[in-house]
Amino acid sequence: MLIGAVLTALFAGAALLSLVWVPHDVARLDIAARLLPPSPAHPLGTDHFGRDMLSMLMEGARTSIAVALVAVGIGLGLGVPLGLWAAAARGTWLDDVIMRGNDLIFAFPSLVIAILITAVFGPSAVNAILAIGIFNIPVFARVARGAALPIWTLDYVMAARVAGKGKARISTEHVLPNITNLLIVQATIQFSLGILAEAALSYVGLGAQPPTASWGRMLADAQTMIYTEPQLAVLPGLTIVGMVLGLNLLGDGLRDHLDPRLRRRAP
Amino acid sequence: MSQTDPIGNDGPPRQLAAPPLITVRKLSLAIHGAPILNEIDLAIQPGAVTALVGESGSGKSMTALALMGLLPGGSTTTGQALFDGSDLLTLSERAWLGLRGDDIAMIFQEPMTALNPVHTIGAQVAEPLRLCGIRRAEAARIARDRLDRVGLSHVPLDRYPHELSGGQRQRVCIAMAIARRPRLLIADEPTTALDVTTQAEILSLLRSLVDDEGMALLLITHDLGVVAGMADHVAVMERGCIVESDRTEALFRGHRHPYTAALLAASRPPPHTPRPPDGTAILEARDLRRTYGAVTAVDGVSFTLHRGESLGLVGESGCGKSTLTRALLGLEPLQGGSVTFDGTPGGQSMTRRQRARISVVFQDPYGSFNPRWTVRRIVQEPFHLTGKPRDADAQAARALTEVGLTTADLEKYPHEFSGGQRQRIAIARALITKPQVLVLDEAVSALDVRVRAQVLALLSELQDRLGLSYLFISHDLTVVRAICDRVLVMQGGRIVEQGAIDKVFEAPAAAYTRRLIDAAPRIPAEWLAARNTPAATG
Amino acid sequence: MVRSLLSRILSLSVSLVVASMVIFLMLQAVPGDPAAFMLGLNAQPDTIAALRADLGLEGSLGQRYLTWVKGMLAGDFGQSYTYRVPVADLVVDRIGVSAPLAVYALILSVVLAVPIGLIAASRRGGAADWGMMGATQLGIAIPNFWFAMLLVLVFAVKLRWVSAGGFPGWSDPLAAIKALTLPAIALALPQASILARVLRSAVLDTLDQDYIRTARAKGLSQRATVVRHALRNAAIPVLTILGLQFSFLLAGAIIIENVFFLPGLGRLIFQGITQRDLIVVQSVTMLLVFAVICVTFLVELTYLLADPRLRRR
Repeated sequence: MLIGAVLTALFAGAALLSLVWVPHDVARLDIAARLLPPSPAHPLGTDHFGRDMLSMLMEGARTSIAVALVAVGIGLGLGVPLGLWAAAARGTWLDDVIMRGNDLIFAFPSLVIAILITAVFGPSAVNAILAIGIFNIPVFARVARGAALPIWTLDYVMAARVAGKGKARISTEHVLPNITNLLIVQATIQFSLGILAEAALSYVGLGAQPPTASWGRMLADAQTMIYTEPQLAVLPGLTIVGMVLGLNLLGDGLRDHLDPRLRRRAP
Repeated sequence: MSQTDPIGNDGPPRQLAAPPLITVRKLSLAIHGAPILNEIDLAIQPGAVTALVGESGSGKSMTALALMGLLPGGSTTTGQALFDGSDLLTLSERAWLGLRGDDIAMIFQEPMTALNPVHTIGAQVAEPLRLCGIRRAEAARIARDRLDRVGLSHVPLDRYPHELSGGQRQRVCIAMAIARRPRLLIADEPTTALDVTTQAEILSLLRSLVDDEGMALLLITHDLGVVAGMADHVAVMERGCIVESDRTEALFRGHRHPYTAALLAASRPPPHTPRPPDGTAILEARDLRRTYGAVTAVDGVSFTLHRGESLGLVGESGCGKSTLTRALLGLEPLQGGSVTFDGTPGGQSMTRRQRARISVVFQDPYGSFNPRWTVRRIVQEPFHLTGKPRDADAQAARALTEVGLTTADLEKYPHEFSGGQRQRIAIARALITKPQVLVLDEAVSALDVRVRAQVLALLSELQDRLGLSYLFISHDLTVVRAICDRVLVMQGGRIVEQGAIDKVFEAPAAAYTRRLIDAAPRIPAEWLAARNTPAATG
Repeated sequence: MVRSLLSRILSLSVSLVVASMVIFLMLQAVPGDPAAFMLGLNAQPDTIAALRADLGLEGSLGQRYLTWVKGMLAGDFGQSYTYRVPVADLVVDRIGVSAPLAVYALILSVVLAVPIGLIAASRRGGAADWGMMGATQLGIAIPNFWFAMLLVLVFAVKLRWVSAGGFPGWSDPLAAIKALTLPAIALALPQASILARVLRSAVLDTLDQDYIRTARAKGLSQRATVVRHALRNAAIPVLTILGLQFSFLLAGAIIIENVFFLPGLGRLIFQGITQRDLIVVQSVTMLLVFAVICVTFLVELTYLLADPRLRRR
């Protein structure tokens, strides 16, 4: 968990830093300085357009994190209320409609959604966010509903009903606080999946467009020169692995730490 | 259990002559360093029932698991458990595989989860037979025979567990355990999860297996009534030690340890002395009816709860008492009939102010509170009905003191309290809006007997002091007898009998009531009459 | 059993209808005239009109939808504008690459994941468990297209064992399978990692159940208990994941095909997008979604086999 937190913090820090400062401007191409090996001026070397790799990776971190974060936000913001609502309306047609709607979205993998959106509106980072975010909605709705259902059978919910509280109020006061742990864990998982999805989308050209730097685009560019300059493909890939691994370890650690079954054994 | 009562007064049971099947000597157990059992001595006789009795956490289940070689990881044991000349505690896993299911078998408390949901019961009963090389057809034949023996001759082998009732599932578990005719059967709280009439049937089945097949039974239970009706020998456990053990009758008649005395006193609370009825009705139900599709859960129920009265509602699971409770609290609609609460329409048509005057205490001391709320917030939740008064905190503090807790407890979280304390918090929450009627829904059923006695005493005292009316819902007749003035007996959605508590218990009119009373485990009065111990030792 | 089957078939059909409407409406939502959009700015009015007719853009929205659906049911997916051939013919060609790739990857991931998950579960907390779970963490974190690039780098560029991409066709099955092997491995690795982790935790969860204790008390060994009692109960969460994975594999295949220059549905769909061949995009997405919904349906059917409790209702 510690490793995960450190890795995540490292990339998040780099992304934040890139908002105010990067070693070199990545929008400016400098063909004279192309494909330089690592040096004090370019700690990780330069690419085939002479752009500084470290700066590219930092900006890429910003793009990835921003896309994944907003996508998780969409999932949380829409999926959790839907899941809570479905749980509160368990066994009614409303529950059925919400869950069937979720199943339907599951039938459109985020890539397919992205393809559809791109086909209509053209590629952009916003469309990538939408495509990943829409797919997050049913994930969070399912997790929220699944976790909320057993809570609805507990006596404290019954006590709240006796105290005259309505379903909405019980959902926010009693159910939501007791499923936040699960939601946090799921959010880290979806966040890391979002990073992967963003990389994949921008790799096939459906994500952020130049001059915005993104890890997936860097890999796509590197692929054209994989025979001559294989090192260009290694760094962005390792960066993605590091970021995703960090998030996954963090999520696992959080789950073990927050597991209610472990907590219940407290004094 | 009169028909199975094995203990006559005709001298010591014959089994005493034989050497013990298992002799446990100075068994100690620690799990990850925490001591669980402390130098236990126990002898299990062949062809007899040995009971291990104690409250939760006393270590009785761990003793059983030690004798099955199924202790959890991180366990270390010292001492001996001799069986056929070998020490069970030092057996290799390979040796255990030959022993488990063959010589020693076990059944557990929760029949609903003890069977694998994806295999048929026939396959599960046949499985231990197939293990020792019996061919499929023969194993199926024996499985059929064993299921017949446990009284399931009408149930086909290809049924799945979810198609059976709890009692039937426990019978399947027994059939599975006795498939290879073990010499020892360990039963860990085998009837705790079952209704009282089902409990009587299962206990009688176990007793007949011991008598007919010469099997030894180690019966683990918290219920001294069950012990009195079933066991030849009994050992009393407290916090990992056996504090006393003897032949059953001798132990009841001549127990010496204060813990045994306390347990005995608490498990038979003195019958309640009914008060003269006040005569004015506070809660009245007329011909209530609640249906779910084709199922009628509550079918024409009428009763009256008077001011200051304790009214018991007794019935087995599925009889409709929970649905009735929810309807009275206004949480569920009714398809027919009317509820009158203090002269105005009750049930779902209650106003918020009226709802504040009828409150409820639930069974589960663990599920009753939002684990993330402080006691202050928990106790004040019912103010939602009345609007939060200016002195809410002072009222919460007062409610806590009333139930025997302190003001300091307001800032704590539920997990910091024991089961009994939690039920006190639940009572404080129910009292905060100064209600007239308290619905106690199995409110003491999950508690150990000594804690139960304390909570019952608190309830009595509160009733006298605050003039409350109780609707006391329970499956446990002993408890109802200890607190109620009148009682309703419910079966299949209907009230089959109602009347003054003494009258119903001493001269039940309905056959069902009689069955319930007969099935309830009881300690023979003469075993206790001999000693003139005061009721509240310890 | 029959009733639950019927209700599932009903919900399958509803899903399909709604999905087709969503896709249809999305592509009809293209700002402006889809035909003009597809042909670009310099198109002649009569070309646009011809394409409009081709696309079935005459008539009301409802009519057009019905025409499209009727056509699909009859195997007519319309005419590709850029290729000037029926979309159905294009799709049939490409499925011959994409479907075997997805199935190949699915088989690989199951073959890898089952032993890893089971061994890790039975050695819970041991060195093997730690090692395997660490490896699967890494497997999940690696983007499959990057892993594919690394595979190309190592096996095609450095070792020259296989060609870096392309597809020889099914006339030589051995060569075809060889060409699909690296892509399948790249696709399978992350999925196998996920599956192994799910399997491990599902088995561990069932091992906590009461009936496992019962089985042990009957005299079954630890191994026999896992095989006879834990596996089938653990199958349900594993099947769920497997069903979801199929949709990820299909999507992943679209991307991996780009790395290896495989002429599959993925290439087709991207060509469709860049060439604004909307009818291709529309039909291929519908096909993908159809496949995913059908697989989900099949997974639900296997639930019925695995869990007798669901057969009632």
